[in-house]
Amino acid sequence: MYYLDANRLIPFQKCDLHRLEEGPPVTTVLTREDGLRYYRMMQTVRRMELKADQLYKQKIIRGFCHLCDGQEACCVGLEAGINPTDHLITAYRAHGFTFTRGLSVREILAELTGRRGGCAKGKGGSMHMYAKNFYGGNGIVGAQVPLGAGIALACKYNGKDEVCLTLYGDGAANQGQIFEAYNMAALWKLPCIFICENNRYGMGTSVERAAASTDYYKRGDFIPGLRVDGMDVLCVREATKFAAAHCRAGKGPILMELQTYRYHGHSMSDPGVSYRTREEIQEVRSKSDPIMLLKDRMVNNDLASVEELKEIDVEVRKEIEDAAQFATADPEPPLEELGYHIYSSDPPFEVRGANQWIKFKSIS
Amino acid sequence: RRGRTSPGATSPRPSAPHPRWELAGHAGAAPFHWSESLGRRGLIRPRPRSVVVQLQLEDTVKMAAVSALVRRPLRQVSGLLRRRFHRTAPAALQVTVRDAINQGMDEELERDEKVFLLGEEVAQYDGAYKVSRGLWKKYGDKRIIDTPISEMGFAGIAVGAAMAGLRPICEFMTFNFSMQAIDQVINSAAKTYYMSGGLQSVPIVFRGPNGASAGVAAQHSQCFAAWYGHCPGLKVVSPWNSEDAKGLIKSAIRDNNPVVVLENELMYGVPFELPSEAQSKDFLIPIGKAKIERQGTHVTVVAHSRPVGHCLEAATVLSKEGIECEVVNLRTIRPMDIETIENSVMKTNHLVTVEGGWPQFGVGAEICARIMEGQAFNFLDAPAVRVTGADVPMPYAKILEDNSVPQVKDIIFAIKKTLNI
Repeated sequence: MYYLDANRLIPFQKCDLHRLEEGPPVTTVLTREDGLRYYRMMQTVRRMELKADQLYKQKIIRGFCHLCDGQEACCVGLEAGINPTDHLITAYRAHGFTFTRGLSVREILAELTGRRGGCAKGKGGSMHMYAKNFYGGNGIVGAQVPLGAGIALACKYNGKDEVCLTLYGDGAANQGQIFEAYNMAALWKLPCIFICENNRYGMGTSVERAAASTDYYKRGDFIPGLRVDGMDVLCVREATKFAAAHCRAGKGPILMELQTYRYHGHSMSDPGVSYRTREEIQEVRSKSDPIMLLKDRMVNNDLASVEELKEIDVEVRKEIEDAAQFATADPEPPLEELGYHIYSSDPPFEVRGANQWIKFKSIS
Repeated sequence: RRGRTSPGATSPRPSAPHPRWELAGHAGAAPFHWSESLGRRGLIRPRPRSVVVQLQLEDTVKMAAVSALVRRPLRQVSGLLRRRFHRTAPAALQVTVRDAINQGMDEELERDEKVFLLGEEVAQYDGAYKVSRGLWKKYGDKRIIDTPISEMGFAGIAVGAAMAGLRPICEFMTFNFSMQAIDQVINSAAKTYYMSGGLQSVPIVFRGPNGASAGVAAQHSQCFAAWYGHCPGLKVVSPWNSEDAKGLIKSAIRDNNPVVVLENELMYGVPFELPSEAQSKDFLIPIGKAKIERQGTHVTVVAHSRPVGHCLEAATVLSKEGIECEVVNLRTIRPMDIETIENSVMKTNHLVTVEGGWPQFGVGAEICARIMEGQAFNFLDAPAVRVTGADVPMPYAKILEDNSVPQVKDIIFAIKKTLNI
């Protein structure tokens, strides 16, 4: 019914610009193949986060759990705009990025449940997942931004035209070390794309209450910036391609503000309704849901049928269900491994336990 | 006597009081004389610690004494040395600690192009303390990077670069400023290999001068050995002389883990004999191994960094009184070589630790705790004693500053106290 190479020219919102003569295009070609892939990825992230919510309420996941449902267009759109050889680092709302950067739902959920099949062998948990060219997953707000500038320095040092996407939230945007990173990145023309994922709330504090200037795309001052509709996966994709081209041309860093929204509270211990109204959440869901927006676009432009997309939904649900099964059934890491991975590339040594007679072996 | 108790024995200590100094000369109590420990000497042969370079220890002592006379015209000093050393190491060379670190970094920069140096004033200024002199001229902007005054920012950038596969040397102008960046050192560097389940290593070196200088007052004189030594995932080294400095900085750069190198500003200008082995481009000192700078039989004196020199001076003075101190140069704070200290204590039965940092929760406190927990406890004839910096923020006035750091006389006093002399 649909040609494999069907594609349409899709228009989307223009980005606001700071210190830029021109921005990303306002139209782009969406192929059926790409559209289906983005849809599947976003749906996977959505369902994975909702499953994590469920597992947390069943106390199978413990500690911190920061969910990104509502923000799927960000992780999928960013990935669509870069190459697998580019680099990405973010803060703690990282499950979506962990998936788009290449890890499986199984490994992610098993890490959340603290099992040996987790991507960090159960040693890290929600905020400390790593993959190739994905540097976490960082728990200290803002600390990941200088790290990202450092990865960009390595990109420039190695001379391979790679870029680093360095993400932070609207709350983190007020951290001093971010401004230190802006300064050095601009000074040394590092290929660093600073990305502020503005979901309007830093924990329970709205942007108006936290920032003297909520134009986060301008906060880089001497760094050019653009404000992007973070609920539209195509807008994010095009802006990312534009930003990456800017960096690869050796023009130095650039800043993107993605305007997005999270349906859940800050974390699982935050119901998320004390500082915002249910009406607001409902309004975003009904008008700006990223998955809904893509679905409508594809259906209205004859790129896919409703049934086809429903089929994808069913497949995704199954995949998540299987992964959750694994994450629940997999055993916890063995106690003997408590001392492992203190040092890299070192011969084995002993690590002290809770008292002097308890010793754990440590291997690299 | 306690010394003959087998290490694993759990029998309680004899009921006779310890020869604690409060009881010395107490009416009725037979005072303990250090010569009574003669009986135990020779029962335990010290196991030689394997180190990359074995110096003639006697020469090292003389070297240390001579190095304290730095102000003398060099000709006089080196004439002395030339006469002294030609029979042991014909190719030996006088190198200051500063130049040793410089050489070590230069050699590693040359060897591996992933190594680079960043920090304030390291490039065009040749280093705030001239430690990186000549490197920018040789390697250029790409490898030697001047940063703005943004410790948290550039430390984070260095850690990120290490995560992405480079091998940065991040210089803090002094470790006092590392406090601004300590989150990046601990949370982003030290813990990452563990948190990632062994996926993400961080091969970075943080280096710079640590501890007291001269007249720089409280905010610029703190010793961070205990703070960094506290954290699993970090390695922490503290060189004393030129050989230490060169071997340890090279090992640190080649290590795939975050290594904190605590240098000492007052030692930068001090020249030491660098034996021919240490002049090789592959000369490394293993991290995690202490060195016995001076053999002795009556007391074990453990120190790191500049105080090692003071201990050797104290040992020279005490030697004239017939007291032979075994001076252990820790070299590495973490992982600490407690085995060398234990073996020494089992031989001498007395322990004095010396450090520049504050007493509470310090390096000496850790050594004492570990000695208590191990087999060496049964061989102690007196409680272990710590010599530390005074428990105050560093004052400025010279007389106050001099008395806020351990001096040779304080070390001698502590040694005599523990030997009950």
